[in-house]
Parts: sequence; structure tokens; C-alpha cells
Amino acid sequence: MTYSSSQQQTMDSIIARYPRKRSSIMPLLHFAQSIDGYITNDAIELIAKKLELESAEVSAVSTFYTQYKRKPVGEYHVGVCTNTLCAVMGGDAIFAGLKEHLGVENDGVTADGKVSLEHIECNAACDYAPVVMANWEFYDNQTVQTAKDLVDSMRAGKPKPPTRGPNELHNWKETSAVLAGLNDGHANEGVQAGEPSLLGLRISKKGAQG
Amino acid sequence: MTKLTPVLSAHWDEKDSFTLEGYKRHGGYTAAVKALKMEPDAIIQQVKDSGLRGRGGAGFPTGMKWGFIPQGDNKDHYLVVNADESEPGTCKDTPLLLANPHVLVEGMIIGSYAIRAKYAFIYIRGEVTHVVRRMQQAIEDAYKAGYLGKNIFGSGVDLELVLHVGAGAYICGEETALLDSLEGFRGQPRLRPPFPAIAGLYARPTVVNNVESIASVPSIISNGAEWFQSMGTEKSKGMTLYSLSGHVTNPGQFEAPLGITLREILELAGGIRKGHQLKFWTPGGSSTPLFTVEHLDTPLDYEGVSAAGSMLGTKALQIFDETTCIVRAVLRWTEFYKHESCGKCTPCREGTWWLVQILKDLESGKGTEADLDKLIDLCDNIMGRSFCALADGAASPIVSSLQYFRSEYMDHLRNGGCPFDPHASTIFDKAGV
Repeated sequence: MTYSSSQQQTMDSIIARYPRKRSSIMPLLHFAQSIDGYITNDAIELIAKKLELESAEVSAVSTFYTQYKRKPVGEYHVGVCTNTLCAVMGGDAIFAGLKEHLGVENDGVTADGKVSLEHIECNAACDYAPVVMANWEFYDNQTVQTAKDLVDSMRAGKPKPPTRGPNELHNWKETSAVLAGLNDGHANEGVQAGEPSLLGLRISKKGAQG
Repeated sequence: MTKLTPVLSAHWDEKDSFTLEGYKRHGGYTAAVKALKMEPDAIIQQVKDSGLRGRGGAGFPTGMKWGFIPQGDNKDHYLVVNADESEPGTCKDTPLLLANPHVLVEGMIIGSYAIRAKYAFIYIRGEVTHVVRRMQQAIEDAYKAGYLGKNIFGSGVDLELVLHVGAGAYICGEETALLDSLEGFRGQPRLRPPFPAIAGLYARPTVVNNVESIASVPSIISNGAEWFQSMGTEKSKGMTLYSLSGHVTNPGQFEAPLGITLREILELAGGIRKGHQLKFWTPGGSSTPLFTVEHLDTPLDYEGVSAAGSMLGTKALQIFDETTCIVRAVLRWTEFYKHESCGKCTPCREGTWWLVQILKDLESGKGTEADLDKLIDLCDNIMGRSFCALADGAASPIVSSLQYFRSEYMDHLRNGGCPFDPHASTIFDKAGV
């Protein structure tokens, strides 16, 4: 596909963030995903041209990082943490439950294109285990049932909001634009911290009072 | 009174803690103003005097790292903050940046001025969209307020700050892989020396610091090195975030002076989940050798944990009770290291692959006792033979689990498979809650 002039201008502004333009490969790849949903050959060619690189060099970068997809994912990409702690506390059961419920395997997409499923590594929310991510937003303290309800809500077109995140779940392409460093204006939504993050602070304040 | 000392987390309970107004309500950015009136070398000295050591795992003195940057060399200098928090169990920088991104911006202003950097970067992992939003907004608000950009705070000093979002590669938490990634390459570690202080980003003098290290700097400038020194132990100064997770009654973040023990933190957290006992735990993420019940009173500071045979790491206290199968836990971590090995060094790339094969056989009861010795032999040949510490980390849970739980590996062989019920270890197991 071809990219519009406004899209190309955005790409040029991303390149201009850095002292050396090659540094902009990663945000440009995130931006490409915000347009196409995944990394297409056209995007690689365009990025290579803009950065004066061989397309193989851009391709090499895009295939190194797991968040860059080489085929379409769902409108809502669901990741279940199955690293040790989450796995033990229920992540394995959640992942198995979702595979069965959605009828897909790891890296699979539902036929309606709504939901894709992936098992992911530790997502830095261990005090909220078991953790499920959707478009890289936090869904804390999940069970098999809440995870099934979550994907059902996505397939019904009304995804449940994240537990620590914006007021509503944004789709994969919109999320990719945020990861490209483009402000979507939702930073002030959602909680500042979940209860586990505040546990020590609350105990400390209680202790100081008496 | 508890031992807890909330400084970084002091205002996380205020709903607008992440906004510029919320941050300024409690003296936010006054440390930057103060610092910009100091000599840069005086700032480095104050951070050195405070005893602040890196909170990302290695524990290197932060002020000393800053002091390594050559001055008067007519080269560009860079400050890069490592916000690629991905070590299994580690979950401190993520809530910190969600609740208070401005403290990182302020710390970076001070740090950049101290090392004479006019360009600074935050390398944040890509799998935390809302944290990216908060950080991006904080940077934009700081620019608008004149705290970033040209002539910041009217001081004549310039500073550009760029948020760089990763794309799912644990290895980029390793500082030289991070720099390669930030330069636009595959994130693979570099041979050291030269260290980043001499040839870092774009081969220029560069400081790479962890989020929590830099976030601690404004409080040190405001309150003084002596205040910071008053917390902690002899060689491990200050307060820090301990992240408690797993089979405990109340998991969460605990900001305390370095040297607190797991027993003390567990008391605050309501202990191990009801009806169960502690089996094993990590003091600082999966790359730090496992501890058991016998380490409950080990002071959780750099020296104390090291003397007991592990590493303080990221203070990620992952707690597992007696329902957890050690072989399953270790296999899963090993699969993680295999997946995240960047492939540059053969011992790590091939070794982690073989470790997974052997552990899978052991878990399913198909292994032999000789496989246990083979695991140790493989680990011996992997450790210290790669550019970075990923492979060393991969060996840690294996070697330490065999040290403490060899008989449980043997049970799998005798049993012809895993003797544990995985359901019993989940939080859905009502019998245990």
C-alpha cells in the first residue's frame, strides 16, 4: 500500500526526535503497525528508504522484537502471562481455558478477526498475578472465568476496560500509535495506582497514626 | 511504627499523583531548581556521598558511574534511563512510573546536568501502554512548563528528553543491548570494555541508570546525602522498593530501608497464604539464586544477600509455597531464558536450548539421575562464557534448586512424572485460601 502524505509527515517527525536517524527504526515500526496492523514489506521498504538503509537491515530489526508482528493479529491482542509466578498462580489454567474457549492455539486469531491470543513473559505486574494483557493494557488478578468474560466482551464489540489503564480499551492499531510516541490524550484516565502498589504506603501511614 | 520509609511512593495514594500539579504540590521540581544552581561536580559528589547504588540489579555506586564520564572532552554526552523492566518478578519501576512519572523527569534533569548531557533518553518496555502514556504526557508537560528544552528553568542549560519505546525483548534491559537497540539495531550486548562511560550511545560517553536510581536523586538533592545515609546498612544506603508477589496473603510494594528481612516484610503482608508454608523464593528476580526458609532473616541489602549466596538484584521477592513444584518453576524460567537469549553467544543460545530439553524430560519423568549432573555440567559451561549475564541468570535457578531440592527432582524420576497437583498452587484453589 502507499502511505499518505500526513502519515509520511508523522514519520518524518518521528525521525527528527533523534540525533541520528537510524534510532527511529523502532518507533517507525510501531507507527507502521498503527497503519497496517502488522509489519508489511511495504512498510519495511519505506522505512529503509527514509533512513537510507537496506531493507534487510530494517527487516532484521523488525524480526528481532516480538511485539512487531509479521501477520495480522486481532483487533484485541490478548497476552496471558505464563512465566513462572503467574503460571503457577493460575496463568497456565487461564491460557488453557482461553485456547479452548476461543478455539485457537498460541499466536492464533479468531475467525472474526476480533481476538488474537499469545502467551507472554513477565509483564512487571507480579503483585497482581495472574495477569492478562490486552493490547498491552493491564487486566490484573484474573481467573479463568474473568478472562473468558473479557474475550467475550471483545467479540461483542464492547471490551471491558483495563484495571489500571484508560477508561476504555483501544484497538491494536490505536495502541500501536501510542507506542510510536504519539499522545492519544488518555494519559490522565484511570487509577494512579492499584491497591497492591499502595500496600506498603497504607501500612506505613496506619503505623504512623498509632 | 513499622520499618517502612515511603519516599518514592509517599504520594502514590493521591489520585492525581502522576500529574505535574500533583507532583509540584509536594515540592516537585524544587530539587532540579536547586541542582541547576550547583556546580555539576558538586552534584556528583553529593550523590557519591549519599551512598546511592544502582537499583537495577548490579548495585554499582551511581555517583561513581557519573564520575566516570570524561569532562572537557568536547564530545556529546548522554544519559539513558533503563525502564525496560522485564526481569521475572520485577514490578517496581512500572507502578512508580504509572503513579509518578515526573520524579523520573526531575531526576534526569539533575543527572543530565551533572554529567553535562544535553540529550537524554528513557528506554521503556513496549508492553505497558498506559505507563507509556503517562510518561509521554509528563515529558510534554515538562516541556510546556520550560523544564525541558532550551534554557530550562531559565538557567541557560538545554536538555532534550526522548521517550523510546521498546518492542518486547528482555535482553534490552542489559545496558549495552539497550544501547544497540536505541541506535536502531537488534538488541544484542556489546563486548566490554569499552564501557558505556567511554563509548556508549553513538560511541559517546553515556550513563545508563535504572529508573529507581534516577528517581531517588531528587530526594537526595533536596534532603542531603546525610539524610539518605541515615537509612539502610553500612554499605547499602537509603530506601528502596521491595516487590512482594506470589503465595502471600497480601502482595504489593514495600518501600523500606535496605537491610529489611523477608520475615519482616511477610509480617506486614499478612504472611504466607493461609494454611500454607514458604517453600522457596527469589530475593531479586529469577536470575538471582533461590532462597528457602533458612534465609528468612537474611538482611536484604547488597552484602547480606550476596553473603548468603544470591544477589539482591531488583528486590523482586517472588514467594512460592509447598504446593509449587520446583521442577515446573525452574523449567518455566529456563524456557524464558531460552526464548530471550539474543543468539549472539553460542554457550547461551545453544546451552539454554539444551537446558530446556533436559528439564522437560525430568519434569515428565523421562530423565535419569545422570541428567541432574548434566544440568550442572551445562551450567558450568554456560556461566561466564557469554558477553552478558543472561546466561548466568539462566543457570541461577537451576543450580540453586538442585542445591536445595535435588530430592524433588528425584521424586519425578521415581514417580514417572510430576507428583504435584498444579491446581493446588493456583489462587483459585479454595481449599488454600
